Amino acid sequence: MFWTVTLSLLEGFMTTLELFALTLLFAIPLGLIIAFGSMSKFMPLKWLSKTVVWIIRGTPLMLQLIVVFYGPELIGGWFGELGIDNPIFNWLAGMKGLDRFPSVLLAFVINYACYFSEIYRGGIESIPKGQLEACQVLGMTKSQAFFRVVLLQVVKRIVPPMGNEIITLVKDTSLARTIAVYEIIWNAQKFIKNGGLLWPLIYAGAFYLIFNGLLTIIFAKLEKKMDYFKA
Amino acid sequence: MAILEVNELKKSFGKNEVLKGISLSLDEGQVMSIIGSSGSGKTTLLRCINFLETADSGKILVDVDVIFDGEDHSKHKAKETREKQLKIGLVFQQFNLFPQYNVFDNVTLAVKLKAKEREDYKANKKQILKEINEKAHKILCDMGLSDKIDSYPWQLSGGQQQRVAIARALALEPKILFFDEPTSALDPELTIEVLKVIKSLKTMGRTMVVVTHEMEFARNVSDKVIFMADGVIEEEGTPEEVFDNPSSPKTSAFLSKSFE
Ligand SMILES: Nc1ncnc2c1ncn2[C@@H]1O[C@H](COP(=O)(O)OP(=O)(O)O)[C@@H](O)[C@H]1O
Ligand SMILES: [Mg+2]
Repeated sequence: MFWTVTLSLLEGFMTTLELFALTLLFAIPLGLIIAFGSMSKFMPLKWLSKTVVWIIRGTPLMLQLIVVFYGPELIGGWFGELGIDNPIFNWLAGMKGLDRFPSVLLAFVINYACYFSEIYRGGIESIPKGQLEACQVLGMTKSQAFFRVVLLQVVKRIVPPMGNEIITLVKDTSLARTIAVYEIIWNAQKFIKNGGLLWPLIYAGAFYLIFNGLLTIIFAKLEKKMDYFKA
Repeated sequence: MAILEVNELKKSFGKNEVLKGISLSLDEGQVMSIIGSSGSGKTTLLRCINFLETADSGKILVDVDVIFDGEDHSKHKAKETREKQLKIGLVFQQFNLFPQYNVFDNVTLAVKLKAKEREDYKANKKQILKEINEKAHKILCDMGLSDKIDSYPWQLSGGQQQRVAIARALALEPKILFFDEPTSALDPELTIEVLKVIKSLKTMGRTMVVVTHEMEFARNVSDKVIFMADGVIEEEGTPEEVFDNPSSPKTSAFLSKSFE
C-alpha cells in the first residue's frame, strides 16, 4: 500500500513541480514587462498595467482559474447566441475549454506575473535616484546604468519578498485541482474516497514541507551571497 | 582664457524661477566657491551645468566648446550629451557610490565602459585596461586610499567614501570638477580630511567649482567667490572682496550669520 500511495503521490507531485517550474519560467520575465509598463511615462500603458494588476491581485486565484478554463467557450457561445457569426467566436465556442493544464498554467502565469511585477516595481523604485544620477554624470548610457549598477541592487532587495511569493506558489499549485488537474493533493484525496485512508494526505503535506524547506535554504544562500554589500 | 563660461542661464520649476539669469566664468586651474543660503539655487545651477536638469535658456561653454545652448538643446542627441558630460565631473553631497562594487571598481567602472567604445579597443584591450588600472591606482594613491582598494563602500567612513567619489570623478579626466556641498554629510574631522584633498587637487592645477558652507575653506582656497541669493549672483569677486568688503547688504547679512 505504501508504495502504491508513494507512486501516486510522486506522479501528482510531478504535475505540481511542472506547474511550479513553468509558472516561474514565464511569470518572472512577464512580471518585469508589467513592472516597466506600470512605471511607464506613457499613460495608457501605465493605466492598463495598473488596472490588470489591480484586478488580478484583487480577485482569488481560484476564480481566475475557472474563468480562464471555462471563459473562452462561454464567451464564444454568448456571441453565437447573439447571432454574431464571427470565425473567432465560433472557434472559441468550439473549443470546449482550453486543455486543462495549459489553462491552469496560463492563469498561474498571469497571476504570479502581476505579484512579481509589484515586487520588481517596489525594488526598482526603492533605489535612490542618486545612483542613476551618478551613472549619468559618469557618462554611462541608460542601459549600462540599469544592468551594471541598478539591477544587482534591485535583485538584492527583491530576493526576500520573491522567496515568500515563490513558497506561496508551491502551495497555490494545489488550486489546480479546482479544474481537475491531478496534482499531488488530488491524488492523495483519492485514497480517502476509495479506501478511507487519511495518512496519504499527511504524506502529501510532507512533500510540500520538504520542497519548501529546500527552497528556503536556496533563498537563504542567495541572500547570503549578496551580503557582501549593503544597499 | 576662460575654461568655463555660463551665460544668462535660467531655470524654472513650474512657476518657481530658481535661476534668474546666471552668468559666470572661470579660468583654467582656478577654484571658484559658491556660497549662499539654502534654497538660493546653488544645486540647481550645478545640476543644470551637469545635465541632470535641462536649463530653460542660456549658454554653457567648456573649453570654448558650447556644451549647452538653450536655443537648440532639443537637437542634442543622447550620445552627444554623454560626450559633453565627460568634460565635466560632479561630486555629490551624498557620495552616491555604487554599493556592490569595491573601491577600485567604483573608480574604474565608467572608464572601462567608456573605453569599450574606442575603435582600437579589441586590438589593444590588454594595454588599454592596464593603463586604466594604473591610472586608477595612482588617483587612489593621491586620495590617500591605496589601502582601501578592495573595500566596499559600507566598510568606509564618510570621508573615505567621499574621497572615493572624488577619485571616481577624476578617473574620467574631466576638465572641470564640480562639488555640491561635498562635506555637508560629514562630521567635522572628516570634513577637514575631505577639504584637505580638495586643496591638494588645487595644487595639482585642477579647475574646480565648489558649493560650500565652509567659509574658511572658501576664503583660503578659492580664487573666486560667488554669493548667490534668490537665483541671482548677488556678489562676486576675490575672497578678500567678498568676505572683507562685501558691497551688497545681503552678502553682509549672510556672512555675519555664517560666522556667528
Ligand atoms: N526638481 C525640483 N522640482 C521643483 N523644485 C525644485 C527642484 N529642485 C529644486 N527646486 C527648488 O529650487 C529652489 C532652489 O533649490 P536648490 O537649487 O536646491 O538650492 P540650494 O542648493 O542653494 O539650497 C528651491 O526652492 C527648491 O525647492
Ligand atoms: Mg543644495
